[in-house]
Amino acid sequence: MIINHPLLGPRDAAEFVYKGDAALIHRPDGMAPDALEKFIDYGYLRDNPAGEHRELWFHEQGDRSWLVVTRNTLTHEITSVELARDVARREGRSK
Amino acid sequence: MRYSGWKVIKEALTGHRGWGPAWRDATPKPAYDYIIIGGGGHGLATAYYLAKQFKQANIAVLEKGWIGGGNVGRNTTIIRSNYLLDGNEPFYEFSLKLWEGLEQELNYNAMVSQRGILNLIHSDAQRDAFTRRGNAMILNGADAELLSTKQILARYPFLNVNDARFPIKGGLAQHRGGTVRHDAVAWGYARGADQHGVDIIQNCEVTGFRIENGTVKGVETSRGFIGAKKVAACVAGSSSRLMEKAGMRLPIESHVLQAFVSEGLKPVLPGVITFGAGHFYCSQSDKGGLVFGGDIDGYNSYAQRGNLPVIEDVAEGGMAIFPMLGRARLLRMWGGIMDMSMDGSPIIDRTHIDGLYFNGGWCYGGFKATPASGFAYAHLLATDRPHDTATAYRFDRFAKGRMIDEKGMGNQPNLH
Repeated sequence: MIINHPLLGPRDAAEFVYKGDAALIHRPDGMAPDALEKFIDYGYLRDNPAGEHRELWFHEQGDRSWLVVTRNTLTHEITSVELARDVARREGRSK
Repeated sequence: MRYSGWKVIKEALTGHRGWGPAWRDATPKPAYDYIIIGGGGHGLATAYYLAKQFKQANIAVLEKGWIGGGNVGRNTTIIRSNYLLDGNEPFYEFSLKLWEGLEQELNYNAMVSQRGILNLIHSDAQRDAFTRRGNAMILNGADAELLSTKQILARYPFLNVNDARFPIKGGLAQHRGGTVRHDAVAWGYARGADQHGVDIIQNCEVTGFRIENGTVKGVETSRGFIGAKKVAACVAGSSSRLMEKAGMRLPIESHVLQAFVSEGLKPVLPGVITFGAGHFYCSQSDKGGLVFGGDIDGYNSYAQRGNLPVIEDVAEGGMAIFPMLGRARLLRMWGGIMDMSMDGSPIIDRTHIDGLYFNGGWCYGGFKATPASGFAYAHLLATDRPHDTATAYRFDRFAKGRMIDEKGMGNQPNLH
């Protein structure tokens, strides 16, 4: 697989480490009354879809940026690559 | 029909006209007491033990494709019980004991071959870890022996023990481990289940569950609704896709694991060798092919095929300790979908829906577990209590902090 890095261009997927579902960007609020239940879900339960999947890839052998890659788990086709920072900001996770 | 030497001679003299199919091609009845979803090794074993051992009747196995067409036909056929933790080792040792009696039990030649498995040691720390593991195995009634490099070379003279990065300093052997003809396991259990009245229904995909007031009433399938008192999911890599239809999210990611086989060679490799540090393991099939593999690719996939970097990694690992491998040509390679759980260990448990049961999360180690998984799942279905060796395989272990994490990797499925 080739991941089209937004800053560095096309890179071999072997340079990256796979870090799971991009929903993990949304870490639950530890002070919420239902925090325990939310963290069990966050830590251990996954959607694991067959088809389009948004996921985190860490460029460990490169510029060490985190990416959100949208990839089809049935075909391995990659349809979009964004910096995780931009996604997190857009979704209100970071200032 | 019983298979025997006499039967083979009789059929040889009468033109092989009396064999007949090994199981019926059943059409679904309107309702069953038990429906097992998934006609792989675990599902067929469950049906067999449920009918034979636990004397239950009115059982169907529903299979989306054909039986034995999933992971039971795509694995590297190794059996062993070399686990460390209390939640695992008694279960896998129970499984190995069932393997040892399987062919007599089923009257079917599954080519169970206890040729031994060897885990290589490269450092003092690893020797300590394997010593501890071997002791845990012995405490649970399994066999284990630490071998010196000299002992290893006596059996495997072709190994490169002087690799610069991973010199071989010894190994942990389990002599009762080995290999089994994987397709024959599916066929043998299917035939045994069929003989005990189980309906094996192929080309029947489950498309949904009918659940009323928190109780399962049956399944919607590509061949219409089929009612059931108890429904047992047993679909390995497709677990998340199936259980989503019942509104459940699982502690599982599906990953692709690749495997490889070389052209057929004369016997060169008498046992199973695992080179964990180099992501490589290998055995030789009875047909002569060197069967080998390594790590999972590491990303979610349902594609049943992997990518080139892992192929390169496996080949490098193989060449490092096993240089003669370079003279063999690769014949085939393929991928299977692993139900990687959050702690690397499986689940055999009830769900929060009455009458709906779940078996999955086998990671890349499901094949060796086939007999015990079937036995323990049948025990749970028949008695509503877990089997003695499978009490730890619960859904709630993640919430309660009772993970069974052999490698101590945490909740990162691609590291198990």
